[in-house]
Amino acid sequence: MDYQTIRKKIIDIIADIAIDEDLSHLDDNIRLREQLDLDSMDFLDVVMELKKRYKIEVPTEDYMKLATLKSCVEYLGPKFAFSS
Amino acid sequence: MTTYDTVIIGAGMSGLAAGIRLAMFDQRVCILERHKVPGGLNSYYERQGRKLDVGLHAMTNFAQKGERGRPLTKLLKQLRIPYEKLELSQQHFSRIVFPEHDLSFSNDPLLLTSQIEKAFPCQKDNFARLLELVKDFDGVNLNNKPQSAKEKVREIISDECLLEMLFCPLLIYGSAWENDMDFSQFVIMFKSIYLEGFSRPKDGVRSIINLLLEKYTQLGGELRLGTGIKKIDIENGAVTGVTLDSGEKIQSHKVMSSIGLPETMNIVSGQQESPATGAMSFTETILFFDKKPGDQGIEETIIFYNDNDRYDYKHPQTLCDYHSAVICFPNNFYNDDYDEGVIRVTFIANFEKWNELDRKTYLQKKQEVRGEALVLIAKVFPKFQAELLYHDVFTPTTIMRYTGHFQGAVYGSTQKARDGRTGIKNLFICGTDQGFLGIVGAMLSGISMANLHCLMDGEKA
Repeated sequence: MDYQTIRKKIIDIIADIAIDEDLSHLDDNIRLREQLDLDSMDFLDVVMELKKRYKIEVPTEDYMKLATLKSCVEYLGPKFAFSS
Repeated sequence: MTTYDTVIIGAGMSGLAAGIRLAMFDQRVCILERHKVPGGLNSYYERQGRKLDVGLHAMTNFAQKGERGRPLTKLLKQLRIPYEKLELSQQHFSRIVFPEHDLSFSNDPLLLTSQIEKAFPCQKDNFARLLELVKDFDGVNLNNKPQSAKEKVREIISDECLLEMLFCPLLIYGSAWENDMDFSQFVIMFKSIYLEGFSRPKDGVRSIINLLLEKYTQLGGELRLGTGIKKIDIENGAVTGVTLDSGEKIQSHKVMSSIGLPETMNIVSGQQESPATGAMSFTETILFFDKKPGDQGIEETIIFYNDNDRYDYKHPQTLCDYHSAVICFPNNFYNDDYDEGVIRVTFIANFEKWNELDRKTYLQKKQEVRGEALVLIAKVFPKFQAELLYHDVFTPTTIMRYTGHFQGAVYGSTQKARDGRTGIKNLFICGTDQGFLGIVGAMLSGISMANLHCLMDGEKA
């Protein structure tokens, strides 16, 4: 799965969680928390949605790997490959 | 037979919010509600075509759309409900009326600051320090230990009258303790009322309940109204499910109860010791007039009235304490959804005194309460002239009947279980006795307890 496909899957999840936010200008290298109003409760939702939609498990100690869009794609890439 | 992942007791704000979170992540969840109408402490009814709201006069924690880090924004995001759906309308302004001083506040915190500078010039810097303390304190941290808010605030605010005035709305809008509150609770309430402020969803509390219900059922959650619970079943120290009043048994891995801590422990099988019941209850008189208060120059949204320099927030020795009151004008939000003038008057009341009355005296005493409410309106607004079209009074016994709270204790037990744990495996508490109060607090309580105990635990396992 290529970078853009995985990126889109992550953006789709964030769009459902942060329903009132504009996601069209996200910078892949800047922490999501700095660009959007997301707190730890919302990151829990990202993790739960990954599990619900793609059966991908993210252990608590790996939460920090979801900090930026780029790190999300890098971390989740192999997991998506494995799950599909 | 179905075994649920979680059974939730009570379809109030917290139970519904918890239900939404669990249904969202595909848990098999069922909410059981004793009454025919959901809402719990914040409910509604209709009489002669008039819509009456029970519970909070206004929603606290006002936030503009997208305002970051605000509790309201947070909870809407967690429930995935768009901001616009609430159709919030802001308050004009509210007033704290004491004999010597009068302070107005609105959703712009600068109004209160400037009012305090004028009325209490010596306290200007102290109030600024109090604001800093409140802003920096994390009131919702589940590990905060209880401590007296009055003691802590008294270290900063040296004028007792100002202190009493500041506490007045916060106590009557959320304290289960008499004449004081937990400092964490003080911080939550201070922010939610003085820094964020009041608003009203279009059509009042029923809109929020309907929104929550709609979301919950869309997500596949089950709701059973008119379903009381006889006991919570425990085996070997862990929850196995519940037994209904009808005798039917429902199996569930976890039970989240929103009915209050003493009320929950009371239906735990084999449980002896019950946590303390709160003593704070109220009467409320809802009055409908042929003229709107706004047409007669009344612009205030809520008045916190007290006829003494000291505010006595405690269980009275008489049926009601008429020395203080809250007067709410539901017409006076920027969007007025009523055709008639409406005024709601709340007095602090004594549950036992109301409960021991025979039916005839009870009805007479309700009329007296209505009389006192009208006297108070005339005293605060001598120019208000209107014909009373309809009224209803509810009392501490009404509150107990409809909410199940022992002694009609609106703000629940004096003992809170902030982390939601009960000492029994897989039995958790959310809502009033978890300790986040108000409509927004209740929903956040349901969300955070569902996340902590029913979603994150699953993650770890």
